[in-house]
Amino acid sequence: MSLIKAEDLIKDYKVGEVQIRALDGLNFEIEEASFVSFVGPSGSGKTTLLNLIGCLDRPTEGKLIVAEKDITTFERRESAAFRGEHIGFIFQDFNLMSVLTVYENIEYPLLMVQNVPEKERKERVTKLLAAVGMVDQKNKYPDQISGGQKQRVAVARALVTNPELVLADEPTANLDHKTAYMVIELMKKMQDEFKTTFIFSTHDQKIVGEAEVIYTLEDGQIVDVRKRGGSENGKSL
Amino acid sequence: MGNLFKIAVRNLRRYKRRTILTSSLITIGVIFVLVFVGVSGSFKNMMIGQMTDSMLGHIQVHRKGYMASIDNLPLTMNMKPLAVKKLESIFKDIQDIESYSPRIKFGGMFSSFTETTNIRLNGVYPEMEMKTLPLLASRISNGGKEIKKGEIIIPELLARGMRINVGDNIVVIATNKDGSVNGKQLRVSGIIESVTGPGGRDGYVHIEDAMEILRMEEMEISEIAIRIKNFDKLHDVYNHLSSILSNEKNKQGKPTFEVHTWEGLSPFYNIARMIDLMSIFIKIMLIAIVLISVMNVMIMAVYERIREIGTIAAIGTMPGKILNMFVAEGFLLGIIGAIAGNILGAAIVYILKLLKITFDFGRQTGLVLSPSVGLFDILMISLIVIVVAVLGSLQPAFKASRMEPIKALRHV
Repeated sequence: MSLIKAEDLIKDYKVGEVQIRALDGLNFEIEEASFVSFVGPSGSGKTTLLNLIGCLDRPTEGKLIVAEKDITTFERRESAAFRGEHIGFIFQDFNLMSVLTVYENIEYPLLMVQNVPEKERKERVTKLLAAVGMVDQKNKYPDQISGGQKQRVAVARALVTNPELVLADEPTANLDHKTAYMVIELMKKMQDEFKTTFIFSTHDQKIVGEAEVIYTLEDGQIVDVRKRGGSENGKSL
Repeated sequence: MGNLFKIAVRNLRRYKRRTILTSSLITIGVIFVLVFVGVSGSFKNMMIGQMTDSMLGHIQVHRKGYMASIDNLPLTMNMKPLAVKKLESIFKDIQDIESYSPRIKFGGMFSSFTETTNIRLNGVYPEMEMKTLPLLASRISNGGKEIKKGEIIIPELLARGMRINVGDNIVVIATNKDGSVNGKQLRVSGIIESVTGPGGRDGYVHIEDAMEILRMEEMEISEIAIRIKNFDKLHDVYNHLSSILSNEKNKQGKPTFEVHTWEGLSPFYNIARMIDLMSIFIKIMLIAIVLISVMNVMIMAVYERIREIGTIAAIGTMPGKILNMFVAEGFLLGIIGAIAGNILGAAIVYILKLLKITFDFGRQTGLVLSPSVGLFDILMISLIVIVVAVLGSLQPAFKASRMEPIKALRHV
């Protein structure tokens, strides 16, 4: 069953007097509990697409169904509520709150977004801390841990609300190769364990191979789709 | 709600120096206001106390029209015994009136046999006058504190200028209501300091001596000074008394009496109003200090945390909660400033009280300043600071809550 369905998705930006088409009529479907990557050069539309899927931006034209909801019709508050309920985010720069400890950063969405009771919060955060291997670091602040550890915390924070979808925009861009690979492995492990759909964008060809489905974007269009063990455009991994 | 404050506290601690500077500024503002309110309030209350408790009383009742020509002390405008009796029965029915003192006020010539000058005299019942003006006795610097028949208490200015001492005999000559002149020899029993400054020429005699000098066959009273039990109820008592006395009409159907609080009788009231006005200006300055400093620091906080705002918005934090996060910071800045300011301000006021600073007012010298701040002042100043701090943080907080997450996340 598809979690995401895009039909003729177009996104235009206006820079000064110039209109730029960032996404040009995209059509695709992403299955539940899949591990998907969008690759492509800078300016190909990866981030724009993730922003649209994540309800952070609205398409100029087209339809985008996420978790059976047409998110293109959402108002500001509806978008925020939908994100809090269905989507987890992992950012390139980790974006942890510097005033909160590792534990509190993971707890934040449960506390401030979903209002989960304390007992359940503790259970879920502890489980995630163990899953990402950060139990020993739980009382440290973000400036006391490494980049890889920060991204692990970000993964845990994205997953703590049990979202159906986790979006990661260049999650390994600020990490060395070894750490980047470990973070991707962690994301895969989490996908297996929590049956969450992971979509990430990346430049890094070495980690792209870890994805089950790889969409290649160029100039706002999908130019290639490769699937592990099969292909849509006649290519396979 | 507790979590909002936890995050707010952590954010304030994150920018320690800025938080300390901002809350220090608020603290200084609060201290300044508190000390000013304490000192000026003390000065004002002391002066009002001096005016009312040693000279005017809290309220005065006259025959209608007397006040218009009070400088002439017209004997023709005195109240007849029947009217006075009526007033006394009304006063007795008003629980809030502690005491009253009828006076015959008149002007006359004052002679030491070698020199003569003019004088204003108050003929009073000594006990009633002392009860109504509890500080009157403290103004009598030389001689006895009582006003006995055949004796006179003269103002200090006259005593000094004419070299008259306690025990000397003098003569008072006054024009009576019918135009004839009469005089009486009196013994100086005391010398009284003036409250109002160099112009004070008021002396005191027993009311029966006043009647004798003025050749009154029946006691005609110029004014009745009233002391109320609770000064805070001044205007309530005034309104109540005014409404009762407004029903008292003469044959022409016009009001018989007029009532005035001390405010309408003393020019010091304008100074008291100026002090109140200055207090308001000082409070407005405090509001400006708090508003500008909190707004400034919150605008900076929002600007510096745009990406963080983008992150929390992206992960689903509702705009209202983001607004509350920043308002909580402003609120806490206000609380910190208010608490620190009130503690330090109250301590400074207490120290000033211990120092027993003295000052002069008119002819009164060596008045001890006794500043104090009431709980109401502290609560009011705290409320102002906290409300203004919240208001100051509202605009930046609103801006933060309305931020588009996608733009905020792109912010460098």
